[in-house]
Amino acid sequence: MPLLTDWVKKAIEPEPSSQQRNCRLPEAGERDEDELLAVRNLSVNVKSSSRPVIEGIDLTVGRGEIVGIVGESGCGKSVLSLSIMGLLPSALKLGGGELRLNGQSLHQASQRQIRSMRGKHMSMIFQDPMTSLNPTLTIGEQLTESLRLHLKLGGREARERAVLWLRRTGLPRPEAILSSYPHQLSGGMRQRVMIAIALCCEPELLIADEPTTALDVTIQAQILDVLFRIREEEQTSILFISHDLGVIAELCDRVAVMYAGQIVEQGTVEELFESPQHPYTIGLMKSIPKPEKKGMRLYAIPGTVPSLHDRGEGCRFQSRCAHAAAICLDAMPALEHRGGSHAVRCFLASGERREMDV
Amino acid sequence: MESKSTLTMRLGLAIIALLGTMAAVSLLYVPYDVNEMNIAGRLQSPGALHWFGTDNFGRDIFSRVMEASKTAFLVGAVAVTIGLVAGFIIGATAGYLGGWTDEVLMRMIDALLAFPGILLALILVTVFEPNLFQTMIAIGVLSVPNFARVIRSGFFQYKEAEFVVAARGLGASHATVILRHVMPHIVSPIIVAASLSFSTAILVEAALSYLGLGVQPPDPSWGRMLSESQSYIGKAPWFALAPGVFIALTVLGFNLLGDGLRDLRDKKT
Repeated sequence: MPLLTDWVKKAIEPEPSSQQRNCRLPEAGERDEDELLAVRNLSVNVKSSSRPVIEGIDLTVGRGEIVGIVGESGCGKSVLSLSIMGLLPSALKLGGGELRLNGQSLHQASQRQIRSMRGKHMSMIFQDPMTSLNPTLTIGEQLTESLRLHLKLGGREARERAVLWLRRTGLPRPEAILSSYPHQLSGGMRQRVMIAIALCCEPELLIADEPTTALDVTIQAQILDVLFRIREEEQTSILFISHDLGVIAELCDRVAVMYAGQIVEQGTVEELFESPQHPYTIGLMKSIPKPEKKGMRLYAIPGTVPSLHDRGEGCRFQSRCAHAAAICLDAMPALEHRGGSHAVRCFLASGERREMDV
Repeated sequence: MESKSTLTMRLGLAIIALLGTMAAVSLLYVPYDVNEMNIAGRLQSPGALHWFGTDNFGRDIFSRVMEASKTAFLVGAVAVTIGLVAGFIIGATAGYLGGWTDEVLMRMIDALLAFPGILLALILVTVFEPNLFQTMIAIGVLSVPNFARVIRSGFFQYKEAEFVVAARGLGASHATVILRHVMPHIVSPIIVAASLSFSTAILVEAALSYLGLGVQPPDPSWGRMLSESQSYIGKAPWFALAPGVFIALTVLGFNLLGDGLRDLRDKKT
C-alpha cells in the first residue's frame, strides 16, 4: 500500500497550500462568518432505551473547508452524518445539543424546512454506490429530479445541467450515461453519478459518508481528486467520513477522531498527524501499514470497542489503553484544547492524570 | 429450454386471451338474442344450430355464456381496481408510516380477513339493493386485504433501502419517495396479487349470482345459469356443464398466470 503512506507523508510535510487552510476552532457560543456547519454538544439516542449512540459532539465546518471524521466501524460516524441531514433511522432520535447550518437551527426546523434544505443547501454521498441509486430509474431521471425540484429547471435546462455535472465528475460520454440504468455502469462510474447528483444544485455542504470504501484504490484516488477539485472550484464545504487515515490525510484540512460515540481528538491534519496525543489516535497511526515495516506484524489496538451497554462512567478507551490509570476508570475526560485548534479527550494528554495519580 | 413457470404463465395467458376475446366479441355480436325465449325449442341438446344447446326457456346457451363472460370480466376488473386503489392507500400508509398507524390499519385489515368473504359480500349486497354494481363493490372490498398486505410488506422492504434514503437526502417529498422510488419495485407482486384476485372475484360473483344476489334475471351470468340448470341436471346436463366449464376455465387461467408470474419473480430475486 505505497499510496497510503505517500498520502500520510505528504500531509505531514508542510505544504505551501496548508498556509491558506482555515485552522481555527471557534469557541463555544461564538458565531463565525466563515462557519457553515456548527454542531454543539450534540447527542443522538436510541429511542427505546434512551441510551446515547453519540454524545457531546462539538464540530464546525467552515466555508470551503474539508473536515474529516475518522473512526472504526460503529463509532457513530454515520449516525452523526445522518443526524445532520435529518435522516436518522426510525430507531434513533436526536437528543440534546445544537445543529446549525448557515446559522439556521436544524434542530428546530420542521420536517418540511429540512426537506427543502436537503439537496439544495446540504447533500450527501453514500458509501455504497451499488445500492444508492434507484435501479428502476435512468441516471438522467435521477439526476434531473433534484434540479427540477430545487432549481425549478425545465426539462431541457435540467438535462443540459446534468450533462455538465456528469462531465465535471470526469465521466466520458455524459449524454449516453443519462439514458442508461445504474446496472449498466461500473462502481466508479456510479459513484461519480452520485457525486454529480449530490452536487448539481450546488449545496454549500457536502457530506461524504465513506464515498470510496466500496471502490478499488485507483478509482478511490480519482474520486478524491474530483471532490478536491470541486472544493477548489465551488468552495463547497465537505464533511468527509472515513476509516482510512491515508485518505483523510490526503484530502482534509481538519480531522476529528471518533471513538465509541465521542470525539476523542481533533485538530488540523498537521497537528493530528505530527503529534497525535490521544492513545487511540496514536494506536491508529501505528496501525497504518508502511513499506519499511515489511515482514513485521502489523500493529493492532488490543481489545474491542465497548458496546453501547458496556460504556462505563470513565474514559471509553480505558479498557484498551496501555496507559490507563485509576482516574480513567472513574471519570470521563473532557475534550480540552491543547494549543492551536488541537483538542484532546484524555487525562494523560492534559497532564491532569499525573497530578492526580501521585 | 423453457422453464415450467414460463409455460404455466403462457398457458394461463392463452386461456385468458381466449375468454377475453369471447367477452370482447360479445360486445359486438352474439349468435342469438340472449333473452329471446323459444318454448318449442327448450332443452335442445348441443348441435349445429345451438352449439351448447338451449336452456329451459329455449334460449341459446352459447350466446348466454358469451354474454355472461362479459359480465364476469367486468366484475373482475372493477373489483380488482377497487381493491387495488383502496389497498394501495391503506397498505402504503401503513407501510410508509409504520408504528402506531400501521398497527391500527393492519388490525382492521386482519378483521376484514377473518370475516368469511361470501358472508361479508352477502351482507353488503343485501343491505343495499342487489344488483351488479353492489356486487362489484362488495367483491372489491373483499380483495382489499390482499393488496394492502402485499403493498405494505413492499414498503417495509424498500422504505429504508439506501437509494430511498439517498433520494430523501436530496430533498424528495413523501409523494416522490412513495410513487417514484418505492412503488416501481412493488409492481410485480401487485400484478401477481391482481391476477389471483381477479379469479377470486369471478368465483365470488358466480357464487353470489348463484344465490340470486348478483346479476338479476333475465340477464345471463354463469352463476345464475348454474342455479337455473339445477332442476334439469339429469335431463339436460349440457345446461349445467357450459357455465361450469367456463367458470373453471377462467379461474384456472388467472391462477395459472398468477402462479407462473410469482414463480418467475421468485426465481429472479
